[in-house]
Amino acid sequence: MKRLMIAVGAILLACLTLWGASLKLTESSVASGGKRLIIYNWGDYIDPALIKKFEKKTGYQVIYQTFDSNEAMYTKINQGGTAYDLTIPSDYMVTKMRRGKLLRPLALQRIPNRKYLGHDFLHKSFDVKNAYSLPYFWGTLGIVYNDRLVKPGSIKTWDDLWQRRFRHNILLVDSARDMIGMSLASMHYSMNTTNALQLHLAKAKLDQLGPNIKAIISDELKMYMIQNEAAVGVTWSGEAAEMLSNNRHLHYVLPKPYSNLWFDNFVIPKTAKNLAGAYAFINFMLNPKNAAQNAAYVGYASPVQAAWQHLPQAVRRDRSFYPTQKMVKKLMVFKDLPPKMVQKYNDLFLEFKMYAR
Amino acid sequence: MKNKRHPGLFAIPYVLWIAFFVILPILLIVWYSFTNTNQHLTLQNYHTFFANGTFLRMSLNSFWYAFLITLATLLISYPAAYFLTKLKKQQFWLLLIILPTWINLLLKAYAFIGILGRQGLVNQFLQLFGLGPVNMLFTNFGFLLVATYIEIPFMILPIYNAIVAIDPALIQASEDLGASKWQTFRFVLWPLSRAGVESGIQAIFIPSLSLFMLTRLIGGNRVITLGTAIEEYFMTTMNWNMGATIGVILIVMMILVMLLTGNKPAHGRRMHHE
Repeated sequence: MKRLMIAVGAILLACLTLWGASLKLTESSVASGGKRLIIYNWGDYIDPALIKKFEKKTGYQVIYQTFDSNEAMYTKINQGGTAYDLTIPSDYMVTKMRRGKLLRPLALQRIPNRKYLGHDFLHKSFDVKNAYSLPYFWGTLGIVYNDRLVKPGSIKTWDDLWQRRFRHNILLVDSARDMIGMSLASMHYSMNTTNALQLHLAKAKLDQLGPNIKAIISDELKMYMIQNEAAVGVTWSGEAAEMLSNNRHLHYVLPKPYSNLWFDNFVIPKTAKNLAGAYAFINFMLNPKNAAQNAAYVGYASPVQAAWQHLPQAVRRDRSFYPTQKMVKKLMVFKDLPPKMVQKYNDLFLEFKMYAR
Repeated sequence: MKNKRHPGLFAIPYVLWIAFFVILPILLIVWYSFTNTNQHLTLQNYHTFFANGTFLRMSLNSFWYAFLITLATLLISYPAAYFLTKLKKQQFWLLLIILPTWINLLLKAYAFIGILGRQGLVNQFLQLFGLGPVNMLFTNFGFLLVATYIEIPFMILPIYNAIVAIDPALIQASEDLGASKWQTFRFVLWPLSRAGVESGIQAIFIPSLSLFMLTRLIGGNRVITLGTAIEEYFMTTMNWNMGATIGVILIVMMILVMLLTGNKPAHGRRMHHE
């Protein structure tokens, strides 16, 4: 009996200590006080040297945490108990977070470096007045091909993917919105359509791509393209940039008639404790030199137009990564669709994956 | 022996554990499955599941692949376990079989990507004989191969334990009394090792029903199971209620499998009583 009591006591004690410790930990990360800045960003989406530089310059201690999908980030912030001072959602997610009252309006006068941002990248439909967000990176959805397996210049439009010569040789990225969007764009429909007929037509067209598809994957796509596993991959521009730098046979095309233009944006969540630090960081990252260094490291395109002159000429002149103004105007930004529509897109995509043969 | 009076006390930690980490989560899943995103009670999720051909097809898919994986593992593991009991350094060979389970599943999957890929080991070997690159990644065969490889230790161990426990005298007696090899297997070895086979099947069939990482990494999302759907509902569309519904249906399927494969001796006993 005595032994049993000791055992139960020990368990209770262990539980209490762990509980206390976890309480202490959350407390210290919540009560970030004046000198801590908690940033919640996508994985591998910033040049770590810049964080060091920022810490040195301002004296803030940066705590950098990462997420791997907009939805995961949304869930975490929505559930509370976090104290992120800054996070980087994509376009449609900015709208969703704003609707969910998770964002704090930006005091733009505290971000003087916003003047370096290119005009084409401001006032987009997801935040017309830039009241809540400023762009961090932007990019497109496009096609990567391997010139050992595909004649350069022979892929110009989305429709080219449907040709028989690519049988079992295309890798698609596992994202419902992007893939249904691709099919919609190839038929000149809006990539934000809520028209049931257009969606079904898009899905039917995607089904016909079935025999050409080798796999529908996510991050691994990069590795497979680098290893010459497939002739063609459909993916985002920044991913493509990384592939290109690892395999000189790869090329990126922005297909006609149009494609998706996406933005990842600085926002300050309601939970932020260190506002001064968050503004200082946004300002720091919009500094043209820093923005250029970051863009060179990450590989996505920077909306800080004044930074472009600091980039190597080969990058700046590459029309598939830095398309002309005329091309950008044609690109389509995703809107935040109501949950029912999001479900519809995903259901259709899941159905497509099931029967894709 | 004071303890005799409070045997229940020993159970307290386990009861708490089961209540908080087994019962409560399952209740939560069931609760989610019967509500919609506005927390109203509804049967809509179940209606969607059964009225939608895609989900039924997906369930069939899951069952079919889980069945194939289990069958392939059983066919490989039973003879392997049998011969293992005949070997001299059994502990050593057992260790070799268990060793791969110490390696993280993800790493093993990535290793197979290297082996099965267009420029992978298998294709390099084939090219020695002038055979063109064979596509193995992202095929049903590749998926089954890797899933089987990963599950084999979990089938060999219970079968080995069951066969080792059989008194060799029984086999000898069977042979002495004129049974053929097949008859010995069919009427002595198989019935006595059946418990091991059953627990092996449960250990493999049930997790195989909801595999989703392998279906993407090796199957390239060309093999879709209920696990894929659950991941999508929780991670992408944030419709936790529908995701929970699929989860509940999976649990029910698993219970059915348990009922079908387990507890045969208990049935026998009950028959005697009745």
